[in-house]
Amino acid sequence: MDFDLSEEQQLLKDSVDRLMADRYAFEKRKTYQASAEGWSREVWAQYAELGLLGLPFAEADGGFGGGPVETMLVMEAFGRVLALEPYLASIVLAGGVLRRAANAAQRQALIPKIAAGELVLALAHSEPQSRYDLFDVATTARREGETYILDGEKGLVLNGDSADKLIVAARTSGGRRDPAGIGLFLVEADAPGLTQRGYPTQDGGRAAEIALAGVRIEPGDVVGDPAGGLPVLESVADDAIAALCAEAVGAMEEALTQTVAYLKTRKQFGVTIGSFQALQHRASDMFVALEQARSMACYAAMMANEADVAERRKAISAAKVQIGQSARFIGQQSIQLHGGMGMTMETMIGHLFKRLAMIERQFGDVDYHLEKLADTDGFVGAQ
Amino acid sequence: MDLRFTDDELAFRDEVRAFIKQSLPDSIRQKLIAERHISKDDLVVWTRILNEKGWAVPHWPVEWGGAGWSPMKQLIFRDELQQAPAPEPLAFGVNMVGPVIYTFGSEAQKKRFLPRIANLDDWWCQGFSEPGAGSDLASLKTTARRDGDHWLINGQKTWTTLAQYADWIFVLARTDASVKKQEGISFILVDMKTPGITVRPIQTIDGGHEVNEVFFDDVRVPLENLVGQENKGWDYAKFLLGNERTGIARIGISKARVRRIRELASLSVYGDKPIIDNPRFRQKLAALEVEIKALEMTQFRVISNERKREKGKPDPASSVLKIKGSEIQQATTELLMDVVGPYALPYREEREADRWNEPSAGPDWAAAIAPTYFNMRKVSIYGGSNEIQRGIIAKAILGL
Ligand SMILES: Cc1cc2nc3c(=O)[nH]c(=O)nc-3n(C[C@H](O)[C@H](O)[C@H](O)COP(=O)(O)OP(=O)(O)OC[C@H]3O[C@@H](n4cnc5c(N)ncnc54)[C@H](O)[C@@H]3O)c2cc1C
Repeated sequence: MDFDLSEEQQLLKDSVDRLMADRYAFEKRKTYQASAEGWSREVWAQYAELGLLGLPFAEADGGFGGGPVETMLVMEAFGRVLALEPYLASIVLAGGVLRRAANAAQRQALIPKIAAGELVLALAHSEPQSRYDLFDVATTARREGETYILDGEKGLVLNGDSADKLIVAARTSGGRRDPAGIGLFLVEADAPGLTQRGYPTQDGGRAAEIALAGVRIEPGDVVGDPAGGLPVLESVADDAIAALCAEAVGAMEEALTQTVAYLKTRKQFGVTIGSFQALQHRASDMFVALEQARSMACYAAMMANEADVAERRKAISAAKVQIGQSARFIGQQSIQLHGGMGMTMETMIGHLFKRLAMIERQFGDVDYHLEKLADTDGFVGAQ
Repeated sequence: MDLRFTDDELAFRDEVRAFIKQSLPDSIRQKLIAERHISKDDLVVWTRILNEKGWAVPHWPVEWGGAGWSPMKQLIFRDELQQAPAPEPLAFGVNMVGPVIYTFGSEAQKKRFLPRIANLDDWWCQGFSEPGAGSDLASLKTTARRDGDHWLINGQKTWTTLAQYADWIFVLARTDASVKKQEGISFILVDMKTPGITVRPIQTIDGGHEVNEVFFDDVRVPLENLVGQENKGWDYAKFLLGNERTGIARIGISKARVRRIRELASLSVYGDKPIIDNPRFRQKLAALEVEIKALEMTQFRVISNERKREKGKPDPASSVLKIKGSEIQQATTELLMDVVGPYALPYREEREADRWNEPSAGPDWAAAIAPTYFNMRKVSIYGGSNEIQRGIIAKAILGL
């Protein structure tokens, strides 16, 4: 067992950290957020330059062959500054579908452009009624000769309003909650019959509700087996959870750092509030929660590529439970220990809290994953 | 970064596991599974089996019987012992006074004591805490005064674990009252047979006899039993208390108890189904397992950081292991209480060994559950209470 980063990983970490320090001061973030797309194309281009946008793709496809650990390093850095760019949406989610299911022609056409920062994708997997169930898909893909016709509504499509193309999950057969019969389809954002309504999210990001009415899909835009999309989505979701865990660790670390700094400077009763033991112990508990979360983010990264699907899902669920619990505690306590300063939009701490609260509800909350874990035999097997 | 065990580590784990399976007397294992106390003889027998194999003090320097294992292997070893479950060698000897002696003791002390610690020929106990000196240990009042070629020791120690079995006690005593309280303390080794020592049992809330008061009344100890330098005892005590990092979280014990919880929850039927099939219970167990898994990874991180740290300096992150590890241990016993339900009530006194053959009220495993729950409250109190650990994190890590 070895927790050290390789030389390349250390290099990656250093350069991402440097870029974030350079480009992501909190005041700058506000300007990115205020732009139409809600993120910075300029910073995106720098991600491309650094190789971040091609990071998880195979070298043969024009990527850099990075794995979950590399993604972890990037997401953690993003988490610390609350980066707004659609990395999760385009690279981890949509890119994850392409890596797993796209044919050679699709990969050749898309991945080099994604890696160059010229093409932004989004994944439209969830629907207004589906909550955390990836298999709950009502949108239909009706076969018509060689083509498919999509009808239905997709919801909470992360960065759906700035994507050039969407990957849409739609049903080619079966009932709304059948695991089989889900297909994945590439759709142009401006395809006839597609309307989208973009909106800001609580954490400063953006998402979209998307309506599909008779959207025609050419045969070349079907991604993978038109009835076997669910395992692809599940595996992509696990990648996304591992990535979100890392992002949350970055945000939690920053929240704790800022809180401790505040404890050392804010004075009441003639002394710094950090001299109060009640607050020292609270901060220590936040540190414990952060360490536990960091451990599980590493564990998630280690297990995201696990071949045994049951083991992988178990590990990812466990990680999401820990992250959810730590995120809630650290988020809430950072606000509490900042007093009124925690309640204003002007300081960053509230934004960190809000992002953490939203990560809690992405791809399954604590209860959801605990229920999944409760159906397994746990980690401590018979000896 | 590769967070899997190496082939070498896996092979080592299998070797340890096989050895324990083959060598641990089943009667001892069964007592531990049932959460019953093992006897002095049980621990002596098992320690000698380990010592024969060269595994009683694997973390010691090789010249004193250490196995030369990496920190990761030491951790695997501890974890396997805890999970088996097998007794761990007596901490007061192998983890506390042993390392103090080989680090600060004289050659004569090393030769005289270390081999006997490894073989549990000498049973050691820890004479630190006093009625007036708990968390604020440095305020201790027991004195050692030079009297010819002897120390004359007077005072009282308390909470002294298993002093009733002990051949030796290591004592912190005040040798200079005129200086700052940390600077007038010495570390002295005392033969428990010395006249003037009285041991009085303290019964703990679980009904057991595991701690004692130890009184010193003009106890004469040869000067040569001082460890290291006079008035430097506080440094050695800090070394001793910070020394135990590997396995401090007792994760293996919690894992073994999770197995026990599953087993008993499968046996215990409520209504028409075993408790293990109750969704609410399963979720509580799952939540606990998540915490165990996270702490296990944290422990691996602390261990792998160890080689980058200055030797002998404790990692303040081990306070995380102590806090979480003790909370988890306590949580496992709470789940056991949930499993046993109302038949937690009947009490039977463990000291009356023959009564364990009488028919039990309720399931035969039930009587040990509540005492285990009561007893485990101790783990967040001793070894530096969890509040003290939070103080360490706040100061040493967060700089508050
Ligand atoms: C089962 C058992 C076995 C033991 N075995 C041994 C042994 O073999 N040898 C030995 O020497 N000792 C032993 N101890 C003693 C143990 O080390 C002490 O109990 C421990 O150091 C706490 O001291 P105390 O009991 O005096 O509690 P106190 O120090 O009086 O603490 C009482 C409460 O106040 C809190 N507190 C104290 N100081 C602070 C602070 N600065 N900030 C915030 N909170 C604080 C504590 O956390 C605790 O909650 C044993 C104890 C137990 C329970």
